[in-house]
Amino acid sequence: MLFVFYPIVGTIYMSFLDRKTGNFVGFQNYNYVLFEKVYPLVKAKNIILGKFPMGALTHNVIWIAIHLPLTVFFGLLLAVLLRDVKGGAIIKSIIFLGMIIPMVVGGVLMRFMFDIDAGIVNAVLRFIGLGSFARDWTFFPDTALLSVILGSVWIWTGFCMIVYSAGLQNIPVEIYEAAKIDGASRWKTFWRITVPMLKSTTLVVVTMTVLWELKIFDIVYVATFGGPGGASRVLAFDMYLEAFYSYNYNTASAIAVLLTLLTFGFAAYMVSRMAKS
Amino acid sequence: MKASLSPFIKTLRKKKFTIMVHLIAWIIAFLWVIPFLGVFMASIRPYKEVQFGWWEGIISFKDEKLVFFPNFHLNLYNFFDAWVGKTSGAPLSKALINSLIVTIPATFIPIGIAALAAYSFARFSFRTKDMLFLVIVLLQTIPQQMVIIPIYTLMDNLGLLNTYIGLILLHSAFGLPWQILFLRNFFSTLPVEVEEAARVDGASYFKIFYRIVLPMSLPALASIIALQFVWVWNDFFFALTMIQNPKMRLATQVIPTIIGRYEKNWSLLSAASILVMILPIAIYAALQRYYVRGITAGAVKG
Repeated sequence: MLFVFYPIVGTIYMSFLDRKTGNFVGFQNYNYVLFEKVYPLVKAKNIILGKFPMGALTHNVIWIAIHLPLTVFFGLLLAVLLRDVKGGAIIKSIIFLGMIIPMVVGGVLMRFMFDIDAGIVNAVLRFIGLGSFARDWTFFPDTALLSVILGSVWIWTGFCMIVYSAGLQNIPVEIYEAAKIDGASRWKTFWRITVPMLKSTTLVVVTMTVLWELKIFDIVYVATFGGPGGASRVLAFDMYLEAFYSYNYNTASAIAVLLTLLTFGFAAYMVSRMAKS
Repeated sequence: MKASLSPFIKTLRKKKFTIMVHLIAWIIAFLWVIPFLGVFMASIRPYKEVQFGWWEGIISFKDEKLVFFPNFHLNLYNFFDAWVGKTSGAPLSKALINSLIVTIPATFIPIGIAALAAYSFARFSFRTKDMLFLVIVLLQTIPQQMVIIPIYTLMDNLGLLNTYIGLILLHSAFGLPWQILFLRNFFSTLPVEVEEAARVDGASYFKIFYRIVLPMSLPALASIIALQFVWVWNDFFFALTMIQNPKMRLATQVIPTIIGRYEKNWSLLSAASILVMILPIAIYAALQRYYVRGITAGAVKG
């Protein structure tokens, strides 16, 4: 209680106070963090121009837009493929390792992979004749966010795969046998049986994945430190800078409340959907 | 004429799909291993050799002949360097021990409390039980950022900032809700008959819990021990905010320090990364079944 409810109430309370006077200022802190500060959470001008930084909140949305479909797709694909592959259990353990290592190490790996000289991504680009694209991916505004997002796909796919594998085990074998007797193709079986039967699993996977994406912190801290020029800031990281670099607890609280509204609201929505189905 | 060949081709055609699936699976597995391979190769070679790629100097052509390892020097100096902190000034030996000092109590204290609490939730009826569990589930969605400022101020006032006790308390508090939830779900699946029989024989509630329930719950306990240990060990945000004294840093905090100072020394960074991630990987390897069960049980039921 002391470590959970008291701080939640405290953070909400602080987000409505002025930093200097401690007076109640309504939504002023929210307005400040969303639109007014040097790196606002939403930078409308850059969003229209398609230029980074677009604001931490926008970056989180982009993160979800790229990361969610990729990890869910790969997770499902791998779970289905590896069910019938010899040595599938070993491959699963290897892919799941991304979830075991500290995310700080994950951030190091991203820097290493995308390094201009020692990074394998650039080596591959040079090898296939795209050497002109080779560069320190995490050092440029237009690619920094993308590279950490791709790195985070590597980390998280193992989670989706493991949960889907568990979901697959709950599908009775008889259904597949019946489909086989009816002469259904593999493709049809997958879309007509596997995917619908995994619907509740998908709800869980999507919920957990989006929550993880919203809470991203360590990777950004290590791989880019939100840079360059705020191009890869995300909500959780922005809150940290606001609190422990600018020492402005009130505006930091406002960011924390916004982040929590997103996670809590999304989770509540998904839980109610799960309860329905 | 064709008859002699066709059985082979036929089986090949039949197996085409299987072969393709295997091929795709192993290619993806290989892609996923590349980062680990890179870290491993870089860590065992001097950094001068790997600054243009850890794959350099392993195979080359010389006088139309394949030459293996033309420029490859195996050494463990990077590990030594990271361990004593010669280049970085932040010895991992100390940081790893600090991490252990935090992780071991922060794993076992909450689990002990959670086991007792979960047992009472599973066996004794409370009116508000269902409400409470919905609250616990939704609590899991609260980001660490939402609580950190009041906790930081509180710890500061209590004099627990920059102490491991503060961090252990914090991790325990955050571990408790899901551990209670997980254990309660497990306890409710245990047969009540055994316990009732023991009660008839005059055993106390505590004795029943200690002698009957806990031994039956070893798989569930293994799951949450593995999950909580790896979670606390890997945590970065709480450590970063609670431990600001450079001498007390935990292992995950040392990694960014090394990056900050020697950006391109991939060998040192790789060796340090391996030292920090070896323990979670070892736990995963040893308790894999329980670890995965913990993750999927939490996810599928939650």
